[in-house]
Amino acid sequence: MDTNTLHRIKKRLLSVAHILGLFIAMLIICLPGLWIVLSSLRPTVEIMAKPAIWIPQDVSLDAYRAMFSGVGSGGIPVWNYFRNSLVISVTSTIIAVAIGMSGGYAFARYRFRAKSAIFLGFMLTRAVPGIALSLPLFMLFARTGIIDTHFAMILTYVALNVPFTIWLIDGFFRQVPKDLAEAAQIDGCTRWQAFWQVEFPLAGPGIASAGIFAFLTSWNEYALASQITRSINSKTLPVGLLDYTSEFTIDWRGMCALAVVMIVPALTLTFIIQKHLVGGLTFGAVKG
Amino acid sequence: MAPVTLRKLVKRYGTHEVVHGIDLEVKDREFIALVGPSGCGKSTTLRMIAGLEDISDGVIEIGGQPVNDLPPRSRNISMVFQSYALYPHMTVGENMGFSLKIAGKGQDEIRARVAEAAAILDLAPYLERRPSQLSGGQRQRVAMGRAIVRNPDVFLFDEPLSNLDAKLRTQVRTEIKKLHARVQSTMIYVTHDQVEAMTLSDRIVIMRDGYIEQVGTPEDVFQLPRTKFVAGFIGSPPMNLDDATVDEGKLVFESGQSLPIPTQFRSKLHAGQKVTFGIRPDDIYPTGHGIHAGTAENLYEVELPVAITEPLGNETLVFIKFNGKEWISRMLNPRKLETGEMVRLSFDLSRAHLFHSGTGQTLRD
Repeated sequence: MDTNTLHRIKKRLLSVAHILGLFIAMLIICLPGLWIVLSSLRPTVEIMAKPAIWIPQDVSLDAYRAMFSGVGSGGIPVWNYFRNSLVISVTSTIIAVAIGMSGGYAFARYRFRAKSAIFLGFMLTRAVPGIALSLPLFMLFARTGIIDTHFAMILTYVALNVPFTIWLIDGFFRQVPKDLAEAAQIDGCTRWQAFWQVEFPLAGPGIASAGIFAFLTSWNEYALASQITRSINSKTLPVGLLDYTSEFTIDWRGMCALAVVMIVPALTLTFIIQKHLVGGLTFGAVKG
Repeated sequence: MAPVTLRKLVKRYGTHEVVHGIDLEVKDREFIALVGPSGCGKSTTLRMIAGLEDISDGVIEIGGQPVNDLPPRSRNISMVFQSYALYPHMTVGENMGFSLKIAGKGQDEIRARVAEAAAILDLAPYLERRPSQLSGGQRQRVAMGRAIVRNPDVFLFDEPLSNLDAKLRTQVRTEIKKLHARVQSTMIYVTHDQVEAMTLSDRIVIMRDGYIEQVGTPEDVFQLPRTKFVAGFIGSPPMNLDDATVDEGKLVFESGQSLPIPTQFRSKLHAGQKVTFGIRPDDIYPTGHGIHAGTAENLYEVELPVAITEPLGNETLVFIKFNGKEWISRMLNPRKLETGEMVRLSFDLSRAHLFHSGTGQTLRD
């Protein structure tokens, strides 16, 4: 066998190994999700069976039917939770992105006193584990009487997300060459127009991804929400999962069904927006 | 009508002053080049004219009106950036029409004016493309097109050719010259490349460390440099410059080698005076291989060893050893010279320069 053939075989084997490796990695990543979907469709006996039953024997949508059938008939106020989650996540995301845009732009473009100290301060807040803040927040909100309201949750999530959105959006504005805003100003724009006409569209993908991250953080957050929400006034979907636990039993199937209900909108949103996250849009702006 | 006047223009960053009160009159429709090494303040000056930098002190007038506090958009200027600064999310046509769109012009007018500019710059086939789909030279033309469309009083160019390769640079340079002939606007052009400055401009402003060293026509700054710096900066290959002491009709160099004092300077020197002698490579040539412009009296011939040669085809640069250094001479109708060979050289001293060794000012007048 000549060396050419040897190398060809080696190359083929490597590409097979490559695909196999990717498959295993994807399997590990996707399996929990798949398991949740499967578990939402089959009875608890099958979920808890040992050894595990891999192929579902008894598939039904009973859990979903029960979930939406209202309190008392085995359901939970899922629509309320869903509405709460949506209102809180969307509002806090919009506010966090708006603040993140202003802050990120300021950090990327302007020089001011103690700039790096302030930036570092923002980053340090990320180092504090959220759960450590739950007690102080609980007491603060209880005293001010805003506990168990949308407002309290929105406030919490904005505070949680702002440092992150500023950091992310700052990076994207830095990638937009300063020359472009200057060129726009010479072309007749005010500072404000130059921002909206040129810099904003170019940093758009970055702002969108900051939005996704902020939304997902708020949508999925459990630890703080479980402390600050009390009733259907403000309980979010992750907190709602607990409705499936009672003193002696856990309704795994119901819980999984609710988890699926939670995942679907988040997944859809990410899917829609990620198409707009076209990288390299600034390519060709400057230099050759 | 848009002359540009700078009066006692100063730029400070904190306490650090980078432009030290410069004065300059740019006439209407003049093409003026600001040239100098990096950090000389030429770009800062241009950006102050554009309104992109605040003016620390002094006045800028465009068309006779002070514009110190006007934002860039109110100065009726266009600027071509070194980086082109094209809007990547817009097509070529949208880039060029952007200023008109912002000014609220109608679709038809925008289309007509963009088409007109595109025709001037051969950009018509590319109007629907994005900047990322264009080559460097095409992008530069789009940047120029964007500037033309505004029909400004003053064009500002900030090193527009720096990112192009040598061939394109020559090509676009010619286009800029044609553009000036055509649009007849005042143009201010910043570059560190003296060839661009020489070939394009009506007058050159040579800047150094935030001061203006000399303002003059390309011929002026080449033939009659006011300072040692200008003499060394303008011209390629650069002028040979070396320190010497005046002694009995001779200029004695450090090594003891000497040259006669050029006649035009004889009455202006005294014995023992320290000077800097300068002569262009064109004015030193292997005897019979150059052009002597001055009087026979000012022609000095001497035999010197060749250090190295750089053949360029139509001419050869001959590096000769003099005063322990390598002086450059230009040989027309070149013949082959070997390293170490002794060659008879003619110095055309009527075109030599002498500068004050301390201040660097010319001793011509």
